[in-house]
Amino acid sequence: MNHSNQFSDLLQFVFMGIQRGSIYALVAMGFNIIYNATGVINFAQGEFVVLGGLIMVSMTTMLHVPIVVAFFLSTLVVMIAGVIMERFTINPVKEPGILRLIIITIAVSILLKGIAMCIWGKDSYHMDHFSGDTPFEIFGATILPQTLWIIGILVIIVFFFILFFNHTMIGKSMRACAINRDAARLVGINDRLAVMYSFAISAGIGAIAGIIITPIIQMDYGRGALLGLKGFGAAVVGGLGNSIGAVVAGIILGVIEALGAGYISSHYMDAIALLILLIVLFLRPSGIMGSSEASRLKDF
Amino acid sequence: MNRKLFCFTAVSFFMVMSALTPHLFAEDYKVGCLFSITGSASWLGEPERNTAEMIAEEINKAGGINGHKLKLYIEDTQGDNTRAVNATKKLIKKDKVCAIIGPSRSGTSMAVIPIVQAEQIPLISCAGAEVIVEPVQERKWVFKTPQKDSDCVKRIYDHLTAKGIKDIGIISGTTGFGTAGRDQLKAIAKEYGMNIVADETYSPADTDMTAQLVKIRNSGAKALVNWSIVPAQSIVPKNMKQLKFDIPLYQSHGFGNVKYVEAAGPAADGIIFPGGRLLCVDSVSDDNPQKAVLKQYRDAYEARFKDKVSTFGGHAYDSLWLVINALKAVGDDPAKIRDYLETSTLVGTGGVFKFSPTDHNGLDKNAFEMITIKNGEFVVLKD
Repeated sequence: MNHSNQFSDLLQFVFMGIQRGSIYALVAMGFNIIYNATGVINFAQGEFVVLGGLIMVSMTTMLHVPIVVAFFLSTLVVMIAGVIMERFTINPVKEPGILRLIIITIAVSILLKGIAMCIWGKDSYHMDHFSGDTPFEIFGATILPQTLWIIGILVIIVFFFILFFNHTMIGKSMRACAINRDAARLVGINDRLAVMYSFAISAGIGAIAGIIITPIIQMDYGRGALLGLKGFGAAVVGGLGNSIGAVVAGIILGVIEALGAGYISSHYMDAIALLILLIVLFLRPSGIMGSSEASRLKDF
Repeated sequence: MNRKLFCFTAVSFFMVMSALTPHLFAEDYKVGCLFSITGSASWLGEPERNTAEMIAEEINKAGGINGHKLKLYIEDTQGDNTRAVNATKKLIKKDKVCAIIGPSRSGTSMAVIPIVQAEQIPLISCAGAEVIVEPVQERKWVFKTPQKDSDCVKRIYDHLTAKGIKDIGIISGTTGFGTAGRDQLKAIAKEYGMNIVADETYSPADTDMTAQLVKIRNSGAKALVNWSIVPAQSIVPKNMKQLKFDIPLYQSHGFGNVKYVEAAGPAADGIIFPGGRLLCVDSVSDDNPQKAVLKQYRDAYEARFKDKVSTFGGHAYDSLWLVINALKAVGDDPAKIRDYLETSTLVGTGGVFKFSPTDHNGLDKNAFEMITIKNGEFVVLKD
């Protein structure tokens, strides 16, 4: 049609890509935080996303809590769930081998899914966009306010993330544990507590991801695995354990997928994402932002 | 001595009683059900189970079928092929059912077909795919109640032809339902002279389809058909509104869930799709033969389960009533039930069924009503 031109199409694809990518980025950050603290991939990460979304829906539509309050409350509830998960399933393990912990996280993910099914049933839930769905027009491309929310919240989280890990005592001690757990213990850092914090933060970030995408995709109890998958891809591409890398990788993945869908074919969208993952694993197994030397040293 | 005599009398009394029981009381009619009650397709299996239990209760309260109680053996397939196969074997070998309704999904239905064919037990599937009952010579024991994808496509193409639209774009989900629909859309296009100028897909986890829609817009499509059964399909109308991409949007019968309409919000208004009449009972014309059945089933279901009635429960309703009618007519011999089913007619929720030895679905494209969305409600399309 005549009212669209090459540039506005491109811009539209980029907007779509950034929106997709922001979600990948948030899920990937959640994976990384726990990976750094425990050395395992938390398979219940997708469940945190689902819980965040579902609790938010219940609070806003059934209890009529204002969106801002509900946002923080839902995040808090999921963070508490994360802490409970760590205290009751990860912390008591006497010999925390990698494999053992991974299997525990799989069990927890099944458990959380079951609980969510009992509470919310099998329906998918939907809530209104935070601030309406009248699109903004920018150079012929359009963007929904919700997409701006997603991008904005990602930026805020990254900002607080950097602040937390570089300028607070807890954040620094968590980094110390990630880099060398024994040495951290020697200087008096409680490494078990650091693991608990990591579950709380990662659950919180997961919940936020769930909250901001629920207005767009609706949420049901079984979504977790699907949401976790692409986020995991982003975490690997960005260099496992490197959260800023995960954000960059997530957005790159999202944009490349969107461009692929727009210029090649949407049939190959998932294939394109997997291809990038494979290329990165072949050429730079430590991820685009990780260096091979540093990959032995974990850092948030 | 007295005690011995008493014992003897008592024992012989019980022996005689237990020998007589089956003759004193009519044996139960045993019907198996395979529904995906939990798991990823639980939204199919749950209303199906509810419906089946509700009907069985009704029947038994009214004295059963010719004096026989109807006993359901409900198995949860979890939407999983292996489980469905095991459950089918259990129903046939252990519970000795005379007929099976379900499974809920096309995949599980295909998986159990070889068993019921070999064991010669009639099965009425509640799943969509047409291959379940075709080719009919290899599906002697298999029937199904949901409407056919190809009939849905034909209704959409009929409507497009009436509007004079030839160039269409299609966008479909990458699930089994979406892929099957996409194949049908492409296969039947030639027959109607439709020209598919764009063919895009999206995965169930996608959050934004603007790239696909921009591509479709640039292809010059005059109408768009969105074929999917996952919640992500609600994003398409929203994104179209966002892009001010204003062409008629058609959806498949997979859109027949009020949640999807709610999720699409005002963008859903004006969407056209072929669906079962159960979705829009109130606006179905009074002279439609299905009206009474639809109203009765909807009211009973919604009053009892405090939940919206769904077309999937309707498929179980139709399947179970077909079996009940057969049991009434010929008793619980599987072969006789099968033969009876092949000659059955039923005014059901999915349409007016007319089975024959060459048609194990019994429905034609008139089973679909063209439905549109007006102020967030399903209503029958008038033009």
